[in-house]
Amino acid sequence: MSPRQRQIGAILGLTGPAYAWLALTIFLPLAAMLYCSVLNVSPLIPGPSHFTLQNYLAFFQKSFYLPLTWWSVLMGVWTTLFSFLVGYPAAYALAKRIKGRWREALFLLIVLPFWSNALVRIFSWTMVLRQGGLIDMAVHAVFPDAPAFSLLFTYPAVVVGLVHSYVPYMILTCYVSLQAIDDSLMEAAQSLGAANWTVFRRVVFPLSLPGVVSGSVLIFVPVIGSFMEPRILGGAKGATLGMNIEEQFTVTANWPLGAALSFTLLAIVLLIFAVLYPVLKRRGIWS
Amino acid sequence: MTEESKHRPLKGAGRSNRRQFLAGATALGVGATVLGAPRIARAAGDVKVLNWQGYGTDEAWAVDAFHKATGNTVTHDYYNSESEMITKLRTNPGGYDVVLTNCAWNGLARQADLIQPIDTSKVGNWGDLTPAFRDSPLLNDGGKTYGLSWVWGITAIAYNTDVFKPAPDTLAKLWDASLKKRVALRDDAIEAVSFGAIATGQDMNHPADLAKVKAKLMELKPNVALLWSSEDEWNKQFAAKAFDISVYWSGSALRSKTNFKLPVGYYVPQEGGIGWFDGLAIAKGSPNPDGAHAFINYMVDPSFYVEWETKVGAPASANPKAMAALPDTDPSKGLYGDEAAVKRLQFMAPLTDKEKQDYSDLWAEVKTAFAG
Repeated sequence: MSPRQRQIGAILGLTGPAYAWLALTIFLPLAAMLYCSVLNVSPLIPGPSHFTLQNYLAFFQKSFYLPLTWWSVLMGVWTTLFSFLVGYPAAYALAKRIKGRWREALFLLIVLPFWSNALVRIFSWTMVLRQGGLIDMAVHAVFPDAPAFSLLFTYPAVVVGLVHSYVPYMILTCYVSLQAIDDSLMEAAQSLGAANWTVFRRVVFPLSLPGVVSGSVLIFVPVIGSFMEPRILGGAKGATLGMNIEEQFTVTANWPLGAALSFTLLAIVLLIFAVLYPVLKRRGIWS
Repeated sequence: MTEESKHRPLKGAGRSNRRQFLAGATALGVGATVLGAPRIARAAGDVKVLNWQGYGTDEAWAVDAFHKATGNTVTHDYYNSESEMITKLRTNPGGYDVVLTNCAWNGLARQADLIQPIDTSKVGNWGDLTPAFRDSPLLNDGGKTYGLSWVWGITAIAYNTDVFKPAPDTLAKLWDASLKKRVALRDDAIEAVSFGAIATGQDMNHPADLAKVKAKLMELKPNVALLWSSEDEWNKQFAAKAFDISVYWSGSALRSKTNFKLPVGYYVPQEGGIGWFDGLAIAKGSPNPDGAHAFINYMVDPSFYVEWETKVGAPASANPKAMAALPDTDPSKGLYGDEAAVKRLQFMAPLTDKEKQDYSDLWAEVKTAFAG
């Protein structure tokens, strides 16, 4: 066997299982759903069915899908933004300022919420945000005359819950890229007379952008399809496209419509990335 | 009973859950025993029931009692939505004996030729059942009975007794300007449209003026705090005082009050409320029709119902003798015994696919307006 063949064999052997697994668990179900989305009746119902694009047209024909989609995208933007504002400084502190066992302890604190059930985490937020909840009680302990505070069943409540759920992704990806920045680069900048803020702005932040971008993608994509957090924390204010998709599968049993809406959402996500990609690529952030 | 039909339930297992898996595993075990001792297995029958999980028929003590009395072994398969029930009957002919169909779905199952007429002479408790349910056109067709009226219940209004003094008694209360963000509804299109129709004085099942229903529901926007989807969620949010008044199920309201000690009051509004009843049907091609008849008769028997209600909590029985056999302290007895309230109910009827899609779209539009 030539070295070249050995290399190919090694690549196949090492990546094969992962790709086979992905094909089995992602590509096949997606293909099945794509097929489902162009049927006129749910495949669960035996009998004749034919191909149609009606399920995709429904997205544009019904007046409520556009606002639902817009809110979902906005929810993704807000959640990503706040995750960045909260997560980046934490990642910076962990990567550049804190060393040794403290770092391990803080890391543990960040991933700790991940060990509990997501539903439990979201439900516990209702106890914090509701009227007579933790925040309300704390405010009234200091200012007894303050008006009642309740954030529950509002759009901000949904964003609060989502940021809590997703901020570890931002911290971890930013940490990895910040950690990879050689400290001597910062020292070089300082020795050339740059102030701390300038070092951060001109050296550290640009080099850490790939981490910010991958964290943002990891957060934005699942958030715009989310339905559990909006339902519990948003109440009647938490309508999203994800919830409508869930309903097509569980309530109206209209799988084709649910599948078509899912692919429409996927197309919107891809469109957003297609618009952003040239910008990111030009700046060398996304190769 | 052949070996073939003995194993059919396994093939029929569709969406699996742990309970179903266990049931399948048990059936496998039974199959293995059968090979060793075929004569015993043939002496007893198998009754395969299709129902919601945890809804009466699968209570272990009931299955044991029925086995002791008739020698029939009861096994279960479950559905999570009515459309799944229809699908399972369609894809698995001869796989089920007894299937639970509610008043709105019995007719659809009949039209699809999935259930067969019941031989009422084989149902000993037949004569005792409340005629209004037993003879309802929703369960009968062409002089034949396709569903044995089993239990019934109410969907009406539950409220916090600590907040409302005196107790409210109208549906219009939900629209009261003083109840900003204190109202909860169930996230269900058909139920929402039904209440919108009742509030606008229309036929609950087929409102003539859907635009009026939509406008009326939209007016609830300032008052609606949340849309709930399960009894568990309702209890959690009610206990957290997230709302004060809500559309709710009668049986659940009683459970919230007695099991969870929540301050829940319940009433059927003056304008009307939603009534529903469940019919036990016999699947077309049932391998064991005699066992099926015996089982549905046991299901409406006072001995089964009293134990179900007192041990677990149940909707109202369609057999007045079963209701009478309840202890006088039982909360169900008072709620379902209120004849004036029961008169105000409109009962759920079958809807066409078009109506279902229309109601679903209407509700999606209203929900979007709520959120905006």
